[in-house]
Amino acid sequence: MSRSLRKGPFIHYKLEKKVLAMAASSKKSVIKTWSRASMVSPEFVGQTIAVHNGNKFIPVYITENMVGHKLGEFAPTRIFRGHAGKKDKAKK
Amino acid sequence: MARIAGVDIPRNKIGEISLTYIFGIGRSTGREIVKEAGIDPQLKVEDWDDQQLTTVRNLINEKYKVEGGLRSEVQMNIKRLMDIGCYRGIRHRIGLPLRGQKTKNNARTRKGKKKTVANKKKATK
Repeated sequence: MSRSLRKGPFIHYKLEKKVLAMAASSKKSVIKTWSRASMVSPEFVGQTIAVHNGNKFIPVYITENMVGHKLGEFAPTRIFRGHAGKKDKAKK
Repeated sequence: MARIAGVDIPRNKIGEISLTYIFGIGRSTGREIVKEAGIDPQLKVEDWDDQQLTTVRNLINEKYKVEGGLRSEVQMNIKRLMDIGCYRGIRHRIGLPLRGQKTKNNARTRKGKKKTVANKKKATK
């Protein structure tokens, strides 16, 4: 058993509390968080979480496939708009 | 030519090597299969009899994911990453390296062949 398995997934305790409360109360509202390192656990599914990207909050709707990823993966911190003079593609 | 898992494998090589011509089987898996089929590892494929060939075929069918099945699984994994819109998925979409490598130069495996920019200013000395 590796050390990381023994320690379990990291979820910021305040965020976890909020998410669990939200799941129990069954009303929907967006939860803001700065905790990009928190892992998405199964309780998150179906909720919208606004993840800070250093500038603003990016709303992320959590689906089943996202379980096991970290929240930060869904809120990119850099925007690349493409090189000058090159007119096609380059979406963020 | 011996046909295994829809691929022709060369007859003039020993089992372990020959099996690596199948997508999804490398040296160690090849060694495993040959060992499990109870074939002399030094025996070339052309010297296998039908019985041994069938054993190997069945082994691969049962225990290993190879060729088309494996390829589609890989594609599915990539598609999953792209669909959930995570960082790795985005990098897949725009064709850049996923694991934090620098892209200022190199990274040509992901970026493909160099696209030269016309009239790019040379640095003045």
